[in-house]
Amino acid sequence: MSMATLMHYAPQVINLLAALLLLLAFAMLAQRRIQLLINLFAAQGLVLAASAALVGLVSGQHHLFVSAGITLVLKVVVLPLILHWLIRRLNVKWDVETLFNIPTTMLIGIVLVILAFNVAQPISLLAGTVARSTLGIALAAILLAFLMMITRSKAVPQVIGFLAMENGLFFAATSATYGIPMVVEFGVALDVLVGALILGIFIFQIRERFDSLDTRHLEKLKEQ
Amino acid sequence: MISAAGIAAQLTELALAVVLAPLLTGWVNQCRAWLQNRSAPGLLQPYRMLAKLFQKEVALAHNASPMFRTAPYLVFGCLCVAAAIVPTLGTDLPLNAVADAIALVGLLALARMFIALAGMDVGTAFGSLGARREMLVGFLAEPALLMVLFTASLISHSTSLATIVETLAHRELVIYPSMAFAGIAFTMVSLAENARIPVDNPSTHLELTMIHEAMVLEYSGRHLAMIEWAASLKLFVYSCMGLALFFPWGVAEGGDWLGIVLALPGLFVKLAIGGAGLSLIETVSAKLRIFRAPEFLGTAFLLAVLAMLVHVLLEG
Repeated sequence: MSMATLMHYAPQVINLLAALLLLLAFAMLAQRRIQLLINLFAAQGLVLAASAALVGLVSGQHHLFVSAGITLVLKVVVLPLILHWLIRRLNVKWDVETLFNIPTTMLIGIVLVILAFNVAQPISLLAGTVARSTLGIALAAILLAFLMMITRSKAVPQVIGFLAMENGLFFAATSATYGIPMVVEFGVALDVLVGALILGIFIFQIRERFDSLDTRHLEKLKEQ
Repeated sequence: MISAAGIAAQLTELALAVVLAPLLTGWVNQCRAWLQNRSAPGLLQPYRMLAKLFQKEVALAHNASPMFRTAPYLVFGCLCVAAAIVPTLGTDLPLNAVADAIALVGLLALARMFIALAGMDVGTAFGSLGARREMLVGFLAEPALLMVLFTASLISHSTSLATIVETLAHRELVIYPSMAFAGIAFTMVSLAENARIPVDNPSTHLELTMIHEAMVLEYSGRHLAMIEWAASLKLFVYSCMGLALFFPWGVAEGGDWLGIVLALPGLFVKLAIGGAGLSLIETVSAKLRIFRAPEFLGTAFLLAVLAMLVHVLLEG
């Protein structure tokens, strides 16, 4: 394939990857099984890495390849492995419990997507990047991950929601400004990794204390 | 202008759909048998079934109204017109001038209404149960299907299926992310509409959970043959609609006969792959409880709405 055809189709492929990211965000919101939730998170990481690499290729910003590499190693391999190990150790076989039923959550999700698209429209006009129109999708992915954190009552899905939110932020950074400086990026990557580890320990402590992973137990201040 | 060639192409497509529909059903059954480690019935089994049913005499309930007897022919007629609207080989179809994608959805709804009325006509418990479930599935699936068609219409600025196919197949290749969403939504809708496994089981007469089969339990003989044929035709129409929207390459532009002949093997290959995919989906998924069906179809609707939103954001 010649360079010209690549340049012609690359923005379209980036848009397609952005749409896939949004689709995966919705799939995570609708998912009841925790193992599949982790796999969806890994898939989202893969889409993210692919889009970062492609944006890097098109724009000539080669530091984005490093970002894509970090994303690939961290979000597709390391974090899902940690999460799988975590649910094996915790021996959690339950389906994910939600506070609202899934169709209601999806409807709220659609409203969030419309909101995000509207908010992002004027901002993306200011950006001069190849992938500027995907800013709305990045914002929607962040809000959907946030919604997942809010509507799930157990600790592990909340952690996955937190990690998915970081996926959205990373995507927003690549689409609006060709990524963030390398130092910040390494810092964020390390933060996410350490965050996941700390939250893992935190989950063990919650279970130790309450014999359950339901974070609603943490809302009570006093013991009965 | 309606040309003689256009009418000929139209009639060819209609005849092809009516003749090939049972073959597609046979192919799907065969793939499913292979995937489930059963020995497969012959590819022509649906034809033998139809021939047998046409020879049998009709056993009618005493209180069956004329409605009950005419419904199979009406349903078959609705689906024939629907099959004629969907472009399978060429895009020069005179019927496309009078019936667009919205009319197609209307025709399918009309067929569903007749079959549901016939299900309730005799007054057996199973019949009305099946009819009510069918209407539940139908009223949830229809808006999702309309949204999918509207997404394609937004891209091609027309609700006519022939224009949609021409836009998608014969202009410069553009990747439409919105069509990815619409494709998933369409797959879910067509599974539900054709009484396929996540929503209904097509190969059962014994379960309390059945939908389509419960409605047609009272039919026998040539009436049942018409209903079975119409069900095959519905699967064929949905498959061709899916191919027209998402894999339109290979369909001849206009009414040129060489193109139409060349499009034929392409259609066979696409339908074979589609049928194999359908049997794969049916094999790997489990049947949903009936009260999960609204959630399943609600997801399809939301995906179709998302497709429109993504179109406005990314492609607008």
